[in-house]
Amino acid sequence: MLGSSPKAALRVSGLRKAYQDVVAVSGLDLEVRAGECFGLLGPNGAGKTTTVEICEGLTAPDSGDVELLGLHWNSDAQQLRQRLGIQLQDTQLSEKLTVFETLRLFRSFFEKGPGANEAIELVQLEEKKNSRVGNLSGGQKQRLALACALVGDPDFLFLDEPTTGLDPQARRQLWDLIEQFKLSGRTILLTTHYMDEAERLCERVAIMDNGKQIALGTPRELIASICAEHLVAFSAGSNSNALDIPALRRIEGVRDVRTENGAVELQVTELHLAVPALLAELNRQNIPLTELSTHSATLEDVFVALTGRHLRDE
Amino acid sequence: MVRFRETLREPEALFWIFVFPILLAAGLGIAFRNRPADVLKIATVTPELTKSLQQEKLLSVQQLDSNAAEDALRTGKIALLAVPGSNGAVVYRYDDTNPEGRTARMLADRAVQQAAGRVDPVAASDQFLREPGSRYIDFLIPGLLGMNLMGSAIWGMGFTVVDARRKKLLKRLIATPMPKQYFLLSYLLSRILMLVLEVGIVLGFGALIFHVPVRGSLLDLGVVCLLGSLSFSALGLLLASRAKTIEAASGLMNAVMLPMWIASGVFFSAQRFPDIVQPLIKALPLTAAIDALRANMLQGANLAHMAPQMGVLAAWLLVCFALALKLFRWR
Repeated sequence: MLGSSPKAALRVSGLRKAYQDVVAVSGLDLEVRAGECFGLLGPNGAGKTTTVEICEGLTAPDSGDVELLGLHWNSDAQQLRQRLGIQLQDTQLSEKLTVFETLRLFRSFFEKGPGANEAIELVQLEEKKNSRVGNLSGGQKQRLALACALVGDPDFLFLDEPTTGLDPQARRQLWDLIEQFKLSGRTILLTTHYMDEAERLCERVAIMDNGKQIALGTPRELIASICAEHLVAFSAGSNSNALDIPALRRIEGVRDVRTENGAVELQVTELHLAVPALLAELNRQNIPLTELSTHSATLEDVFVALTGRHLRDE
Repeated sequence: MVRFRETLREPEALFWIFVFPILLAAGLGIAFRNRPADVLKIATVTPELTKSLQQEKLLSVQQLDSNAAEDALRTGKIALLAVPGSNGAVVYRYDDTNPEGRTARMLADRAVQQAAGRVDPVAASDQFLREPGSRYIDFLIPGLLGMNLMGSAIWGMGFTVVDARRKKLLKRLIATPMPKQYFLLSYLLSRILMLVLEVGIVLGFGALIFHVPVRGSLLDLGVVCLLGSLSFSALGLLLASRAKTIEAASGLMNAVMLPMWIASGVFFSAQRFPDIVQPLIKALPLTAAIDALRANMLQGANLAHMAPQMGVLAAWLLVCFALALKLFRWR
């Protein structure tokens, strides 16, 4: 790798971008290490796409600096273009072209890289090679878009919400493909608002909200940072007003309690102690229990703990 | 290196570009074909008038009762109604703003006067002019060709660019190392390819079916078509430089093209518009293109004769292209 620090494939500092009256990115610093898959997480409107487009050289930042593969957009744009693989959020490729023609077109823009046929194999679209793009399913289109990002044999791959709008099976298929590319040592910057996607694919994630980074680390670190490994949720039904929340907080192993529309959620470190104690406490308060559930903490819970909002609250 | 080919896989576009002008030319050509001069329908209310008017071969006379005759006149089924006036005179009832009515008036009057014994003092005979080159279809084909050049260039350019922008394909393309001028070049090349087909089909159709002549040099004609098409493409590019939706683009394009369809003399001579607006009409690119095409095809003019029109087209090309480059948005 070129550049001042051999480890950073992408370094972003003090990035700021406003559209008319909306501040999309306000003072963002990021560092993506060479060879890692870095996840940029956040709800819609958090500024993920703007950040990525600035890094891709498609949008000019109002202020701040982007150093990509040791190069800068204002001096080395052409060189950078050759070395990047880009998948934009919901691009529709020309519907009248076939898969093969589309890839040959994109391949023609790059100096080096796999041939169109090879790219089709990479994303497992051999059967659809001569189908028109308009006749592909959503998952197949996303795989084609991925192939278009790969034909230049990129050193750095940008994937902007690659699985948004896909059914679970198509998502898993795409994840498998992305995992394969990770093995080949490429650096990947992935944005998503699916926490499970980030947990599965990314070595490190940054959580964004309102144009700022609010957390950074490996998925495991982030989950550990909320100091709770499990979440216990139950519904108190119509008795939720009578519920003695401070008493719940005092239960051993409970870190925090949140209530939302009659549903109660407890962040818990030691599940085997907390659940029996919770049941006893509810019994003492004479509140009938409905819908008890527990799950291991996820990045979604990290986001909720950090912002008090759910990721997909729009 | 430029493998950016436009593909002809849009059946609707093919229809509008190739089939539509031919249908239009065929339809209009048949409507205005070289038939004997119109036989005009008129009516009378008395047998005597009917008899004398039947002498005139260009009139088809009906005898009706006065109510039915008035009705037919009002609804335009007949061009003229002849009724007896006082003292053996004849009264012609017709709409004097309608050319058919005036023609019918002259024919009917001639028949009535001759039947009454008038002898023409000067002998006259007719010589009919039906040479290829002076018929309506000869006027029409260059007009349609010009209209087709404009339509396909503006639509071809405008819709594809706006559609690609709407689908974020433009953005995707500039995210590759593709040199931007290649993108433009690809449009240019595919446009020229289409141009050869379009012009060939319309001219071929005109020549084969209606024997429309091409009196000027084909090379000059090609130059006019090329310059015209480039000007219209630049105009299309300008119209598409900002629009984000197909609806917005299509509204813009129609707003620009409709006045030209009407004013630029596709179907009838632009000379019919008042003198005041003539300079304006002459400055429209479609007027320039059609005038140059007509001059070439019908009068055999060479490029030097078409210099003013070529100048107008070149000016549009330069201005629109420069503006489009300035305004163009990739996203």
